[in-house]
Amino acid sequence: MRKLTAAPYLVWMAVFIVVPLIVVAYFAFFDGGHFTLDYVASVSQYSNIFIRSIWLAAIATVICLIIAYPIAMILSDMDTSFQGTMLMIVMLPMWMNFLLRTYAWMTILGNNGILNQIFGFFGLGPFKLLNTQGAVVLGMVYNYLPYMILPIYSVMMKIDKSVLEAAQDLGCSRIHVIFRVVLPLSLPGVMSGITMVFVPAISTFIISRMLGGGGNLLIGDLIEMQFLGNSYNPNLGAAISLVLMVIILLIMTIMNQFDTDDDKVLM
Amino acid sequence: MKKNNNIISLKNICVSFDGERILKDINLDIRDKEFVTLLGPSGCGKTTTLRIIGGFLTPDEGIVEFEGRDIKNVPPHKRNVNTVFQRYALFPHLNVFDNIAFGLKIKKLPEREINRKVKEMLELVDLSGFEKRSINRLSGGQQQRVAIARALVNEPKILLLDEPLGALDLKLRKEMQIELKRIQQSLEITFIYVTHDQEEALTMSDTVVVMNHGNIQQIGSPVDIYNEPKNAFVADFIGESNILDGMMLRDRLVMISGKKFECVDGGFGENASVDVVIRPEDIQIIPPDEEHICGVVKSVTFKGVHYEMLIEAYDFDWLVQSTKAATIDDTVGLSFGPDDIHIMHKMKD
Repeated sequence: MRKLTAAPYLVWMAVFIVVPLIVVAYFAFFDGGHFTLDYVASVSQYSNIFIRSIWLAAIATVICLIIAYPIAMILSDMDTSFQGTMLMIVMLPMWMNFLLRTYAWMTILGNNGILNQIFGFFGLGPFKLLNTQGAVVLGMVYNYLPYMILPIYSVMMKIDKSVLEAAQDLGCSRIHVIFRVVLPLSLPGVMSGITMVFVPAISTFIISRMLGGGGNLLIGDLIEMQFLGNSYNPNLGAAISLVLMVIILLIMTIMNQFDTDDDKVLM
Repeated sequence: MKKNNNIISLKNICVSFDGERILKDINLDIRDKEFVTLLGPSGCGKTTTLRIIGGFLTPDEGIVEFEGRDIKNVPPHKRNVNTVFQRYALFPHLNVFDNIAFGLKIKKLPEREINRKVKEMLELVDLSGFEKRSINRLSGGQQQRVAIARALVNEPKILLLDEPLGALDLKLRKEMQIELKRIQQSLEITFIYVTHDQEEALTMSDTVVVMNHGNIQQIGSPVDIYNEPKNAFVADFIGESNILDGMMLRDRLVMISGKKFECVDGGFGENASVDVVIRPEDIQIIPPDEEHICGVVKSVTFKGVHYEMLIEAYDFDWLVQSTKAATIDDTVGLSFGPDDIHIMHKMKD
């Protein structure tokens, strides 16, 4: 009976997850029916793009974490009646179209953009803000911040308030309570927040194209070019995707090692 | 003499939440090395009182003194007081040893001393060998013991316990009651214990503080509280009671249900309206006669040690406990002596 009810999901997973993965792997390793390692091997020539993608996504994730953690903590500490409203304000940008949000940053950061106009008013600049790596990181942080706040917030909501009081009772000052109790207990939320920001950030292509100009290609752009661009090469695109997937899996596995040994992440 | 002995003094404490008055002018002195129980129904303000002593709540008005010093503005982590929380509040990310060692590590004690003290505590609460055990793999009773050890290892002057046995089953609860009393006596520290369970309060306490609606109703030893309840609320809350409307005709003569009875109380004036309390175990069932109140047996319930019967007489259901069962629908007489009649002022509330 239980097996029977699970059947639709198994079919779903097979059709929409396993089969596509096999197709991607097929394109990466076979060319016209012949097995080849050429495409996977040739991915290495793009290693600088890989490193840049990992680097920028990592910076964006860290910045997201630094901004999101205090916000989540303040949110979970608020009056329940007030929490809903504040949460909505945090979520509000997510309901606006992704492209529009990113496009808005172009007009803010551009050479004649709002920021440079303000700088100009004080006799400064214009600074090159758009088409820089900084702009790409800014775009990532802005777009993915809610994905960091939400999981940390929901884990913090589940922390029993009396546990925090117990820590105070046993001699913890407020700062001590945060480092000794709140931080280790909220670690699962931090982990899923990192995953939810890092993975989309490392494979984005819109943000890097719109805010990074042509000079800051990321893996996402590279993959897109293999399918839609001039250098049409679906085999190479599939190979890059596969390598990216393995890298993400590796990074996530390493992260999860820290999760079980929570003291090491803290200090 | 009494003045020097007080470890905690609450003076004129008032607390309100959202305009609702939780504590109304609480005055309470707690002596050193005493086992004090704050007893009352939920919402009576007993936990609020405990949180004030623990430092988690600042009263709107009044003074909290610890050994004669005002500690109203001392935060919880600087008070020489530790708490056993209602649902234990153990740290889920730490094992048994680290939970108990938590307070000592904050104080940065040398590791050898921490090990020794935790080991001692584990022996005291009978959990030796559980050091490495995860908190989630302990039973409720074991978690309770860890919570007590975690608080006691800091050698507080006062241990606050907020309904610590509420989640345990009856048998375990009885065992822990004896255990707690033993620990309190061997360590010679003050325990302030919050409960709504009157039996628990009577079993363990040196002093019971009965609270209701944010007021202290009565302070006294368990025997005093049981035998000499100050008002009908205390009488009803400490054990079951028959509370009747009566008329004090003069000193030592009271009228209940139209009949006159001799009693031992006085000083209420003549023809004063009073509450009359008679314990169900003090009533004997006798054949009906003219002198006694007579009624019809409505129900008989077997309770193990005794039978519990409801007897309707003059529109009042008398609760009677007796080892002999009466027959339903029989008319019986109710007999009690002058000592069994407790006269109280009418409750204002």
